[in-house]
Amino acid sequence: MSRSSPEQLAQGVLAGDPRALARLISLVEDEHPWARAALAILYPRTGRAHLVGITGAPGTGKSTLVNEMAKVYRRRGLTVGIVAVDPTSPFSGGAILGDRVRMRELAGDPGIFIRSMATRGSLGGLARATSDVVKVLDAAGYDRVLIETVGAGQAEVDIAKTAHTTIVVESPGFGDDIQAIKAGILEIADVFAVNKADREGADSTVTALEMMLDLNGTEPGRWRPPIVKTVAIRGDGVPDLVDWVEAHHDHLRDSGLLAHKEEERTRDELLALIQHELTQALLASLRPGELDEWVRRVARREADPYAAAQSIVHRGGR
Amino acid sequence: MTEEKIRILIAKPGLDGHDRGAKVIARALRDAGMEVIYTGLRQTPEMIVEAALQEDVDAIGLSILSGAHMTLFPRVIQLLKEKGLDDVLVFGGGIIPDQDVPELKRLGVRGIFGPGTSTDTIVEFVREEIRRHRAGEPRQ
Repeated sequence: MSRSSPEQLAQGVLAGDPRALARLISLVEDEHPWARAALAILYPRTGRAHLVGITGAPGTGKSTLVNEMAKVYRRRGLTVGIVAVDPTSPFSGGAILGDRVRMRELAGDPGIFIRSMATRGSLGGLARATSDVVKVLDAAGYDRVLIETVGAGQAEVDIAKTAHTTIVVESPGFGDDIQAIKAGILEIADVFAVNKADREGADSTVTALEMMLDLNGTEPGRWRPPIVKTVAIRGDGVPDLVDWVEAHHDHLRDSGLLAHKEEERTRDELLALIQHELTQALLASLRPGELDEWVRRVARREADPYAAAQSIVHRGGR
Repeated sequence: MTEEKIRILIAKPGLDGHDRGAKVIARALRDAGMEVIYTGLRQTPEMIVEAALQEDVDAIGLSILSGAHMTLFPRVIQLLKEKGLDDVLVFGGGIIPDQDVPELKRLGVRGIFGPGTSTDTIVEFVREEIRRHRAGEPRQ
Protein backbone atom coordinates (compact mmCIF):
# COMPACT_ATOMS: atom_id res chain seq x y z
CA MET A 1 0.00 0.00 0.00
CA SER A 2 1.18 3.48 -0.69
CA ARG A 3 0.67 6.16 1.91
CA SER A 4 2.27 8.95 -0.04
CA SER A 5 -0.77 11.20 -0.52
CA PRO A 6 -4.31 11.75 0.70
CA GLU A 7 -5.54 10.71 -2.75
CA GLN A 8 -3.77 7.37 -2.54
CA LEU A 9 -5.08 6.77 0.95
CA ALA A 10 -8.63 7.48 -0.19
CA GLN A 11 -8.20 5.18 -3.19
CA GLY A 12 -6.87 2.50 -0.86
CA VAL A 13 -9.98 2.80 1.30
CA LEU A 14 -12.26 2.53 -1.73
CA ALA A 15 -10.30 -0.49 -2.96
CA GLY A 16 -10.89 -2.29 0.34
CA ASP A 17 -7.34 -2.07 1.71
CA PRO A 18 -7.69 -2.43 5.51
CA ARG A 19 -4.35 -0.75 6.20
CA ALA A 20 -5.32 2.35 4.25
CA LEU A 21 -8.59 2.37 6.16
CA ALA A 22 -6.86 2.03 9.54
CA ARG A 23 -4.29 4.69 8.67
CA LEU A 24 -6.84 7.20 7.43
CA ILE A 25 -8.90 6.75 10.60
CA SER A 26 -5.82 7.68 12.64
CA LEU A 27 -5.23 10.79 10.53
CA VAL A 28 -8.88 11.77 11.00
CA GLU A 29 -8.54 11.31 14.76
CA ASP A 30 -5.34 13.37 14.86
CA GLU A 31 -6.95 16.08 12.67
CA HIS A 32 -4.07 15.70 10.26
CA PRO A 33 -4.28 18.04 7.22
CA TRP A 34 -4.50 15.03 4.91
CA ALA A 35 -7.68 13.84 6.59
CA ARG A 36 -9.86 16.57 5.11
CA ALA A 37 -8.47 16.08 1.62
CA ALA A 38 -9.11 12.35 1.81
CA LEU A 39 -12.59 12.79 3.32
CA ALA A 40 -13.48 15.17 0.50
CA ILE A 41 -12.66 12.45 -2.01
CA LEU A 42 -14.62 9.84 -0.06
CA TYR A 43 -17.66 12.02 0.59
CA PRO A 44 -19.59 11.14 -2.59
CA ARG A 45 -19.28 7.48 -1.65
CA THR A 46 -20.82 7.93 1.81
CA GLY A 47 -24.48 7.84 2.79
CA ARG A 48 -25.03 4.16 2.02
CA ALA A 49 -24.43 2.46 5.35
CA HIS A 50 -27.10 2.14 8.00
CA LEU A 51 -25.58 3.76 11.11
CA VAL A 52 -26.66 2.13 14.37
CA GLY A 53 -25.80 3.64 17.76
CA ILE A 54 -25.60 1.57 20.93
CA THR A 55 -25.64 3.50 24.18
CA GLY A 56 -26.44 2.93 27.83
CA ALA A 57 -24.94 2.97 31.31
CA PRO A 58 -21.59 1.27 32.00
CA GLY A 59 -21.99 -2.43 32.62
CA THR A 60 -25.29 -2.90 30.81
CA GLY A 61 -23.59 -5.11 28.22
CA LYS A 62 -23.18 -2.83 25.20
CA SER A 63 -19.99 -4.45 23.88
CA THR A 64 -21.36 -7.96 24.22
CA LEU A 65 -24.52 -6.87 22.45
CA VAL A 66 -22.50 -5.31 19.62
CA ASN A 67 -20.56 -8.57 19.31
CA GLU A 68 -23.78 -10.58 18.99
CA MET A 69 -25.43 -8.12 16.62
CA ALA A 70 -22.40 -8.26 14.33
CA LYS A 71 -22.69 -12.06 14.26
CA VAL A 72 -26.38 -11.82 13.28
CA TYR A 73 -25.62 -9.36 10.49
CA ARG A 74 -22.83 -11.58 9.18
CA ARG A 75 -25.18 -14.57 9.09
CA ARG A 76 -27.47 -12.41 6.95
CA GLY A 77 -24.63 -11.71 4.54
CA LEU A 78 -24.01 -8.09 5.54
CA THR A 79 -20.63 -6.54 6.35
CA VAL A 80 -20.14 -4.64 9.59
CA GLY A 81 -17.91 -1.78 10.69
CA ILE A 82 -17.69 -1.20 14.44
CA VAL A 83 -16.56 1.98 16.20
CA ALA A 84 -16.22 1.49 19.97
CA VAL A 85 -15.66 4.62 22.04
CA ASP A 86 -14.12 4.64 25.52
CA PRO A 87 -13.25 7.64 27.69
CA THR A 88 -9.95 9.50 27.69
CA SER A 89 -8.51 10.19 31.13
CA PRO A 90 -8.93 13.90 31.88
CA PHE A 91 -5.68 13.80 33.86
CA SER A 92 -3.19 12.02 31.62
CA GLY A 93 -4.84 12.25 28.20
CA GLY A 94 -4.38 8.49 27.94
CA ALA A 95 -7.07 5.86 27.62
CA ILE A 96 -7.64 2.16 27.99
CA LEU A 97 -9.78 0.94 25.13
CA GLY A 98 -11.14 -2.43 26.20
CA ASP A 99 -14.17 -3.10 24.06
CA ARG A 100 -12.36 -5.64 21.89
CA VAL A 101 -12.21 -7.97 24.89
CA ARG A 102 -15.89 -8.79 24.34
CA MET A 103 -15.61 -8.94 20.56
CA ARG A 104 -13.01 -11.66 20.25
CA GLU A 105 -15.40 -13.97 18.40
CA LEU A 106 -15.40 -11.54 15.50
CA ALA A 107 -11.68 -11.99 14.87
CA GLY A 108 -10.56 -13.34 11.53
CA ASP A 109 -13.65 -12.26 9.60
CA PRO A 110 -12.72 -9.96 6.71
CA GLY A 111 -16.34 -8.74 6.64
CA ILE A 112 -15.83 -7.03 9.99
CA PHE A 113 -13.64 -4.06 10.87
CA ILE A 114 -13.37 -2.97 14.51
CA ARG A 115 -11.87 0.30 15.59
CA SER A 116 -11.52 1.53 19.18
CA MET A 117 -11.62 5.29 19.77
CA ALA A 118 -10.88 7.43 22.79
CA THR A 119 -13.11 10.46 23.46
CA ARG A 120 -10.09 12.82 23.59
CA GLY A 121 -11.90 15.36 25.72
CA SER A 122 -15.36 15.26 24.15
CA LEU A 123 -18.20 15.04 26.64
CA GLY A 124 -21.19 13.93 24.59
CA GLY A 125 -20.44 10.20 24.67
CA LEU A 126 -18.52 10.14 21.38
CA ALA A 127 -15.21 11.58 20.21
CA ARG A 128 -15.20 14.73 18.08
CA ALA A 129 -13.90 12.70 15.15
CA THR A 130 -16.41 9.83 15.47
CA SER A 131 -18.77 10.99 12.75
CA ASP A 132 -15.87 11.42 10.31
CA VAL A 133 -14.50 8.00 11.21
CA VAL A 134 -17.97 6.58 10.52
CA LYS A 135 -17.91 8.26 7.09
CA VAL A 136 -14.65 6.50 6.28
CA LEU A 137 -16.19 3.11 7.16
CA ASP A 138 -19.30 4.02 5.17
CA ALA A 139 -17.20 4.89 2.12
CA ALA A 140 -15.23 1.67 2.56
CA GLY A 141 -18.49 -0.14 1.87
CA TYR A 142 -19.55 -1.60 5.21
CA ASP A 143 -23.30 -2.23 5.08
CA ARG A 144 -23.90 -1.50 8.75
CA VAL A 145 -21.79 0.64 11.07
CA LEU A 146 -22.32 -0.04 14.77
CA ILE A 147 -21.25 2.84 16.99
CA GLU A 148 -20.83 2.00 20.67
CA THR A 149 -20.72 5.06 22.92
CA VAL A 150 -18.90 5.41 26.23
CA GLY A 151 -20.86 4.21 29.22
CA ALA A 152 -23.50 6.92 29.16
CA GLY A 153 -25.70 8.44 31.81
CA GLN A 154 -28.27 11.09 31.10
CA ALA A 155 -26.53 13.75 29.07
CA GLU A 156 -24.48 11.82 26.53
CA VAL A 157 -26.86 12.15 23.64
CA ASP A 158 -24.57 13.00 20.68
CA ILE A 159 -25.14 9.53 19.29
CA ALA A 160 -28.70 10.43 18.29
CA LYS A 161 -27.31 12.98 15.84
CA THR A 162 -24.71 10.65 14.39
CA ALA A 163 -26.70 7.42 14.08
CA HIS A 164 -29.84 6.68 12.08
CA THR A 165 -31.09 4.25 14.70
CA THR A 166 -30.19 4.51 18.38
CA ILE A 167 -30.45 1.53 20.69
CA VAL A 168 -30.56 2.40 24.40
CA VAL A 169 -29.45 -0.55 26.49
CA GLU A 170 -30.90 -0.96 29.96
CA SER A 171 -30.46 -3.78 32.38
CA PRO A 172 -32.46 -4.80 35.45
CA GLY A 173 -31.76 -3.02 38.68
CA PHE A 174 -30.72 0.33 37.27
CA GLY A 175 -32.83 2.95 39.01
CA ASP A 176 -36.56 3.16 39.63
CA ASP A 177 -39.57 4.40 37.68
CA ILE A 178 -38.66 8.03 38.13
CA GLN A 179 -35.37 7.51 36.30
CA ALA A 180 -37.43 6.47 33.32
CA ILE A 181 -39.29 9.76 33.04
CA LYS A 182 -36.26 12.02 33.36
CA ALA A 183 -35.12 13.76 30.24
CA GLY A 184 -32.06 12.70 28.33
CA ILE A 185 -30.84 9.37 27.15
CA LEU A 186 -34.20 7.57 27.25
CA GLU A 187 -35.66 10.14 24.91
CA ILE A 188 -33.20 9.34 22.14
CA ALA A 189 -34.05 5.65 21.96
CA ASP A 190 -35.45 4.28 18.72
CA VAL A 191 -35.20 0.79 20.14
CA PHE A 192 -34.77 -0.32 23.75
CA ALA A 193 -32.79 -3.41 24.66
CA VAL A 194 -33.39 -4.70 28.16
CA ASN A 195 -30.26 -6.78 28.45
CA LYS A 196 -29.42 -9.42 31.07
CA ALA A 197 -33.12 -10.23 30.85
CA ASP A 198 -32.59 -13.54 32.65
CA ARG A 199 -32.00 -11.59 35.84
CA GLU A 200 -34.58 -10.72 38.43
CA GLY A 201 -36.27 -7.41 37.79
CA ALA A 202 -36.19 -7.56 33.99
CA ASP A 203 -39.97 -7.52 33.74
CA SER A 204 -40.29 -4.47 35.99
CA THR A 205 -37.68 -2.65 33.88
CA VAL A 206 -39.77 -3.44 30.80
CA THR A 207 -42.93 -2.25 32.58
CA ALA A 208 -41.27 1.02 33.65
CA LEU A 209 -40.19 1.69 30.07
CA GLU A 210 -43.64 0.81 28.72
CA MET A 211 -45.23 3.26 31.16
CA MET A 212 -42.82 5.97 30.14
CA LEU A 213 -43.65 5.37 26.48
CA ASP A 214 -47.37 5.46 27.27
CA LEU A 215 -46.91 8.93 28.77
CA ASN A 216 -45.49 10.09 25.45
CA GLY A 217 -48.91 9.49 23.92
CA THR A 218 -49.53 7.97 20.54
CA GLU A 219 -49.96 9.54 17.17
CA PRO A 220 -50.75 7.61 14.04
CA GLY A 221 -47.64 7.04 11.98
CA ARG A 222 -45.27 7.86 14.82
CA TRP A 223 -42.62 5.30 15.69
CA ARG A 224 -43.08 3.79 19.14
CA PRO A 225 -39.73 2.43 20.32
CA PRO A 226 -40.04 -1.32 20.79
CA ILE A 227 -38.61 -2.92 23.94
CA VAL A 228 -36.62 -6.06 23.25
CA LYS A 229 -35.43 -8.41 25.97
CA THR A 230 -31.96 -9.80 25.35
CA VAL A 231 -29.41 -11.98 27.07
CA ALA A 232 -26.43 -10.88 25.01
CA ILE A 233 -23.97 -13.31 26.54
CA ARG A 234 -26.03 -16.18 25.04
CA GLY A 235 -27.24 -14.29 21.99
CA ASP A 236 -30.87 -14.61 23.14
CA GLY A 237 -33.18 -12.00 21.66
CA VAL A 238 -30.48 -10.49 19.47
CA PRO A 239 -31.94 -11.56 16.09
CA ASP A 240 -35.18 -9.95 17.26
CA LEU A 241 -33.29 -6.78 18.20
CA VAL A 242 -31.66 -6.67 14.78
CA ASP A 243 -35.07 -7.14 13.12
CA TRP A 244 -36.36 -4.09 14.98
CA VAL A 245 -33.32 -2.04 14.01
CA GLU A 246 -33.95 -2.94 10.38
CA ALA A 247 -37.64 -2.14 10.77
CA HIS A 248 -36.75 1.27 12.15
CA HIS A 249 -34.52 1.95 9.17
CA ASP A 250 -37.37 1.00 6.81
CA HIS A 251 -39.66 3.30 8.76
CA LEU A 252 -37.20 6.21 8.41
CA ARG A 253 -36.85 5.60 4.72
CA ASP A 254 -40.53 5.14 3.95
CA SER A 255 -41.68 8.11 6.01
CA GLY A 256 -39.16 10.50 4.49
CA LEU A 257 -37.55 10.98 7.90
CA LEU A 258 -34.27 9.55 6.69
CA ALA A 259 -33.81 12.39 4.20
CA HIS A 260 -34.93 14.88 6.82
CA LYS A 261 -32.49 13.50 9.38
CA GLU A 262 -29.69 13.60 6.86
CA GLU A 263 -30.41 17.26 6.14
CA GLU A 264 -30.43 18.08 9.85
CA ARG A 265 -27.14 16.33 10.34
CA THR A 266 -25.64 18.03 7.30
CA ARG A 267 -26.82 21.42 8.54
CA ASP A 268 -25.15 20.87 11.95
CA GLU A 269 -21.99 19.68 10.28
CA LEU A 270 -21.85 22.54 7.82
CA LEU A 271 -22.47 25.14 10.53
CA ALA A 272 -19.72 23.61 12.67
CA LEU A 273 -17.32 23.71 9.73
CA ILE A 274 -18.23 27.32 8.92
CA GLN A 275 -17.68 28.25 12.55
CA HIS A 276 -14.32 26.53 12.54
CA GLU A 277 -13.22 28.15 9.26
CA LEU A 278 -14.32 31.62 10.33
CA THR A 279 -12.61 31.32 13.69
CA GLN A 280 -9.38 30.16 12.09
CA ALA A 281 -9.46 32.95 9.51
CA LEU A 282 -10.25 35.56 12.11
CA LEU A 283 -7.55 34.44 14.52
CA ALA A 284 -5.05 34.39 11.68
CA SER A 285 -5.92 37.99 10.84
CA LEU A 286 -5.22 39.34 14.35
CA ARG A 287 -1.99 41.10 15.27
CA PRO A 288 0.43 38.79 17.10
CA GLY A 289 -0.44 38.93 20.77
CA GLU A 290 -3.74 40.73 20.19
CA LEU A 291 -5.84 37.86 21.52
CA ASP A 292 -3.64 37.59 24.61
CA GLU A 293 -4.05 41.32 25.26
CA TRP A 294 -7.81 40.92 25.17
CA VAL A 295 -7.63 37.88 27.43
CA ARG A 296 -5.62 39.85 30.01
CA ARG A 297 -7.92 42.84 29.87
CA VAL A 298 -11.03 40.72 30.28
CA ALA A 299 -9.45 38.68 33.09
CA ARG A 300 -8.60 41.91 34.94
CA ARG A 301 -12.17 43.12 34.42
CA GLU A 302 -10.95 46.09 32.34
CA ALA A 303 -13.22 44.93 29.53
CA ASP A 304 -16.18 42.59 29.42
CA PRO A 305 -15.99 39.43 27.28
CA TYR A 306 -19.04 40.38 25.19
CA ALA A 307 -17.59 43.69 24.05
CA ALA A 308 -14.20 42.06 23.56
CA ALA A 309 -15.66 39.40 21.25
CA GLN A 310 -17.65 42.03 19.32
CA SER A 311 -14.60 44.16 18.93
CA ILE A 312 -12.39 41.29 17.79
CA VAL A 313 -14.93 40.07 15.24
CA HIS A 314 -15.76 43.46 13.77
CA ARG A 315 -12.30 44.96 13.78
CA GLY A 316 -10.47 41.66 13.21
CA GLY A 317 -7.02 42.25 11.73
CA ARG A 318 -7.30 46.01 11.55
CA MET B 1 -3.76 19.36 13.80
CA THR B 2 -3.72 17.84 17.27
CA GLU B 3 -0.76 15.82 18.48
CA GLU B 4 -0.19 12.39 17.05
CA LYS B 5 -1.28 10.07 19.87
CA ILE B 6 0.74 6.99 20.67
CA ARG B 7 -1.48 3.90 20.30
CA ILE B 8 -0.41 0.59 21.78
CA LEU B 9 -1.91 -2.88 21.72
CA ILE B 10 -1.45 -4.89 24.91
CA ALA B 11 -2.24 -8.54 24.38
CA LYS B 12 -2.04 -11.73 26.30
CA PRO B 13 -1.42 -14.64 23.93
CA GLY B 14 -1.36 -18.26 24.95
CA LEU B 15 -3.35 -20.29 27.35
CA ASP B 16 -2.42 -19.16 30.83
CA GLY B 17 -5.03 -17.03 32.56
CA HIS B 18 -2.94 -14.48 34.41
CA ASP B 19 -3.33 -10.98 33.05
CA ARG B 20 -2.46 -8.90 36.09
CA GLY B 21 0.95 -7.95 34.69
CA ALA B 22 -0.59 -6.96 31.35
CA LYS B 23 -3.17 -4.80 33.15
CA VAL B 24 -0.50 -3.06 35.25
CA ILE B 25 1.45 -2.18 32.10
CA ALA B 26 -1.71 -1.04 30.29
CA ARG B 27 -2.53 1.25 33.18
CA ALA B 28 1.02 2.69 33.33
CA LEU B 29 0.98 3.45 29.58
CA ARG B 30 -2.44 5.08 29.93
CA ASP B 31 -1.13 7.22 32.78
CA ALA B 32 1.71 8.25 30.47
CA GLY B 33 -0.89 9.67 28.06
CA MET B 34 -1.04 6.83 25.55
CA GLU B 35 -4.09 5.10 24.09
CA VAL B 36 -3.94 1.45 25.04
CA ILE B 37 -6.03 -1.11 23.22
CA TYR B 38 -6.45 -3.98 25.62
CA THR B 39 -7.56 -7.22 24.04
CA GLY B 40 -7.71 -9.58 26.98
CA LEU B 41 -6.75 -13.19 27.47
CA ARG B 42 -6.02 -16.08 25.12
CA GLN B 43 -5.30 -14.15 21.97
CA THR B 44 -3.86 -16.04 19.01
CA PRO B 45 -1.05 -14.42 17.00
CA GLU B 46 -3.54 -14.00 14.13
CA MET B 47 -5.98 -12.12 16.39
CA ILE B 48 -3.19 -9.91 17.71
CA VAL B 49 -1.92 -8.93 14.29
CA GLU B 50 -5.42 -8.31 12.94
CA ALA B 51 -6.18 -6.02 15.90
CA ALA B 52 -2.85 -4.22 15.45
CA LEU B 53 -3.71 -3.59 11.81
CA GLN B 54 -7.25 -2.34 12.39
CA GLU B 55 -6.23 -0.19 15.35
CA ASP B 56 -3.19 1.23 13.49
CA VAL B 57 -0.98 0.89 16.54
CA ASP B 58 2.60 2.08 16.95
CA ALA B 59 3.53 -0.79 19.22
CA ILE B 60 2.48 -4.22 20.47
CA GLY B 61 3.26 -5.37 23.99
CA LEU B 62 2.86 -9.08 24.67
CA SER B 63 2.69 -10.65 28.09
CA ILE B 64 3.66 -14.31 28.07
CA LEU B 65 3.86 -16.44 31.18
CA SER B 66 3.14 -19.83 29.69
CA GLY B 67 6.62 -20.67 28.42
CA ALA B 68 5.45 -20.53 24.82
CA HIS B 69 7.37 -17.33 24.04
CA MET B 70 9.71 -19.02 21.55
CA THR B 71 6.75 -19.92 19.35
CA LEU B 72 4.38 -16.99 19.99
CA PHE B 73 6.80 -14.09 19.45
CA PRO B 74 8.24 -15.42 16.16
CA ARG B 75 4.75 -16.14 14.85
CA VAL B 76 3.53 -12.60 15.64
CA ILE B 77 6.61 -11.10 13.99
CA GLN B 78 6.22 -13.29 10.93
CA LEU B 79 2.54 -12.31 10.55
CA LEU B 80 3.39 -8.62 10.96
CA LYS B 81 5.89 -8.97 8.11
CA GLU B 82 3.32 -10.72 5.93
CA LYS B 83 0.85 -7.86 6.47
CA GLY B 84 3.48 -5.21 5.80
CA LEU B 85 3.38 -4.09 9.41
CA ASP B 86 7.06 -4.61 10.13
CA ASP B 87 7.44 -1.03 11.36
CA VAL B 88 5.32 -1.82 14.43
CA LEU B 89 7.41 -1.96 17.61
CA VAL B 90 7.17 -5.31 19.42
CA PHE B 91 8.12 -5.73 23.06
CA GLY B 92 7.27 -8.25 25.71
CA GLY B 93 7.27 -9.25 29.30
CA GLY B 94 6.54 -12.17 31.53
CA ILE B 95 8.59 -15.19 32.45
CA ILE B 96 11.28 -15.35 29.81
CA PRO B 97 14.60 -17.07 30.64
CA ASP B 98 17.74 -14.98 30.02
CA GLN B 99 19.14 -17.47 27.53
CA ASP B 100 16.16 -16.90 25.18
CA VAL B 101 16.52 -13.13 25.10
CA PRO B 102 19.29 -12.83 22.47
CA GLU B 103 17.37 -15.02 20.02
CA LEU B 104 14.14 -13.05 20.54
CA LYS B 105 15.98 -9.78 19.99
CA ARG B 106 17.56 -11.17 16.86
CA LEU B 107 14.07 -11.97 15.58
CA GLY B 108 12.99 -8.38 16.14
CA VAL B 109 11.53 -8.20 19.64
CA ARG B 110 12.90 -4.81 20.66
CA GLY B 111 12.57 -5.07 24.42
CA ILE B 112 12.08 -7.88 26.94
CA PHE B 113 11.07 -6.96 30.46
CA GLY B 114 11.14 -9.54 33.21
CA PRO B 115 9.36 -9.58 36.56
CA GLY B 116 10.35 -6.66 38.76
CA THR B 117 10.95 -4.19 35.91
CA SER B 118 9.58 -0.80 36.95
CA THR B 119 6.72 0.48 34.83
CA ASP B 120 8.69 3.73 34.36
CA THR B 121 11.39 1.79 32.55
CA ILE B 122 8.83 0.33 30.14
CA VAL B 123 7.07 3.65 29.56
CA GLU B 124 10.40 5.35 28.84
CA PHE B 125 11.44 2.54 26.48
CA VAL B 126 8.19 2.79 24.49
CA ARG B 127 8.25 6.56 24.33
CA GLU B 128 11.87 6.72 23.18
CA GLU B 129 11.51 3.97 20.56
CA ILE B 130 8.43 5.61 19.07
CA ARG B 131 10.00 9.07 19.13
CA ARG B 132 12.98 7.69 17.22
CA HIS B 133 10.79 5.89 14.74
CA ARG B 134 8.62 8.94 14.04
CA ALA B 135 11.68 11.13 13.65
CA GLY B 136 13.00 8.64 11.12
CA GLU B 137 16.08 7.92 13.22
CA PRO B 138 17.61 4.47 12.95
CA ARG B 139 16.92 2.15 15.84
CA GLN B 140 19.75 1.29 18.16
